[in-house]
Amino acid sequence: MLTIRELKTPLIGPIDLALHAGEAVAVSGPSGAGKSLFLRAIADLDESTGHVALDGTEREAMPAPEWRRKVAYVPAESGWWADRVLDHFTETADLSSLLQQVGLADARSWEVARLSTGERQRLALVRALQAEPQVLLLDEPTSALDPPSVTLVEALVEALLKQQLAAKRALLIVSHDPDQPGRLGARRFVMDKGCLTATSCQEPAA
Amino acid sequence: MTGYLALTYWDLVAASVFLLLNAVFSIVLDLGLTRTLIVSAVRMSVQLILVGLVLKAIFLAGSLLWTLLAAAVMLAFAGREIWARQDRRLSGLWGPGLGAAAMLVAGTLVTVYALAGLIRPDPVWMPQYALPLFGMVLGNTMTGVSLGLDTLHTALARGRREVEAQLLLGRTRWEATRPFTRQALRAGFTPIINAMAATGVVSLPGMMTGQILSGVDPREAVKYQLMIMFLLGGATGLGVLGATFGSLWRVSDTRHRLRLDRLNGGSR
Repeated sequence: MLTIRELKTPLIGPIDLALHAGEAVAVSGPSGAGKSLFLRAIADLDESTGHVALDGTEREAMPAPEWRRKVAYVPAESGWWADRVLDHFTETADLSSLLQQVGLADARSWEVARLSTGERQRLALVRALQAEPQVLLLDEPTSALDPPSVTLVEALVEALLKQQLAAKRALLIVSHDPDQPGRLGARRFVMDKGCLTATSCQEPAA
Repeated sequence: MTGYLALTYWDLVAASVFLLLNAVFSIVLDLGLTRTLIVSAVRMSVQLILVGLVLKAIFLAGSLLWTLLAAAVMLAFAGREIWARQDRRLSGLWGPGLGAAAMLVAGTLVTVYALAGLIRPDPVWMPQYALPLFGMVLGNTMTGVSLGLDTLHTALARGRREVEAQLLLGRTRWEATRPFTRQALRAGFTPIINAMAATGVVSLPGMMTGQILSGVDPREAVKYQLMIMFLLGGATGLGVLGATFGSLWRVSDTRHRLRLDRLNGGSR
């Protein structure tokens, strides 16, 4: 579904990776290894060279906004540009059920300033899912969940992700939780110094 | 009609008495302002006397070339001022270039329009009309453009996450930056809007004061002032719009990425 060949930025790569429909891939590695930069490069948010294609269509063949609706990237720290939560969502038919699935059914009337980091992460995930992307790039989606309900909420988010996989969407997830890839049935990769191991990756040219 | 009463240089020395008195107060009260006060006053005197001599020479020469040259020098100073007033600037030639280009286009358009269509001196570029007019237009456009660009660049640099969040949802670079664009345009337009609102109520505009002092009928001076204010408003608006959208175009790219790497500076 998503094919990445020789993806390279000044700081990472070259990276090769193929994601199939309904497949999950998990990337772990030390901080500063370039995991977030890798996701940014796929989403075309940073300049990069190489080939990234969705179902055989190169990303350059479509306008960048269209690409980002199909290949959705949810950063670890999401951005909020309005005061109220509801201003960040479009009123789609599935919005209520999505919010319910992440345990935030009433969040629409809340104010962004009063959200916890974990709540922001879950709302950002819902926001990205609204565009019905074919590929999800998630940067530590459950890293900042609030202590009292960690396992419960984690289970909610992972159930939602499994549902996406069942709908033949592909998932590339950066995670520090050693057990999470197993729960999602994900192939594991390790990123270090800008290189993704278990794929062909040479040392970056000096 | 009394006509124009000329001042002698001794009159000017006499006029500076109160300023010197302030300098004495500063010494007595140990305000530490004496130096800056004196330096600024001397600098202003030298600048203005030189400008007077240069303008006199240009008016005497009556040459198109010299008039254009003077206009170019004014533009260069205004462009530098815009550049200096920004906390974060576009890198490379875009830094000084964009503000100057926006001013050049807006200022020239409005000045030429006013000279050729409204005031109609003979010849049309007559320096007595062209240079003061161009100077006023530049001065106001400069203030607007520098405020607009400074606001835009600061807002974008601080709001990177907000802009990128919208880009990631599939919005275009223009949609994702809209709140910041609006903020920048508002900042750029504010001084001229305020000037229009307050003009004549608190103080008489400088040009009108000058005309009245030199014996022009106040009603005629008002007409001139109104024309100037309309031109200033128009030129400032065009300059601010041009500079803001030009800068947005530069700090994003055709793949709808935010390119903060094309901004320099920022004292965090």
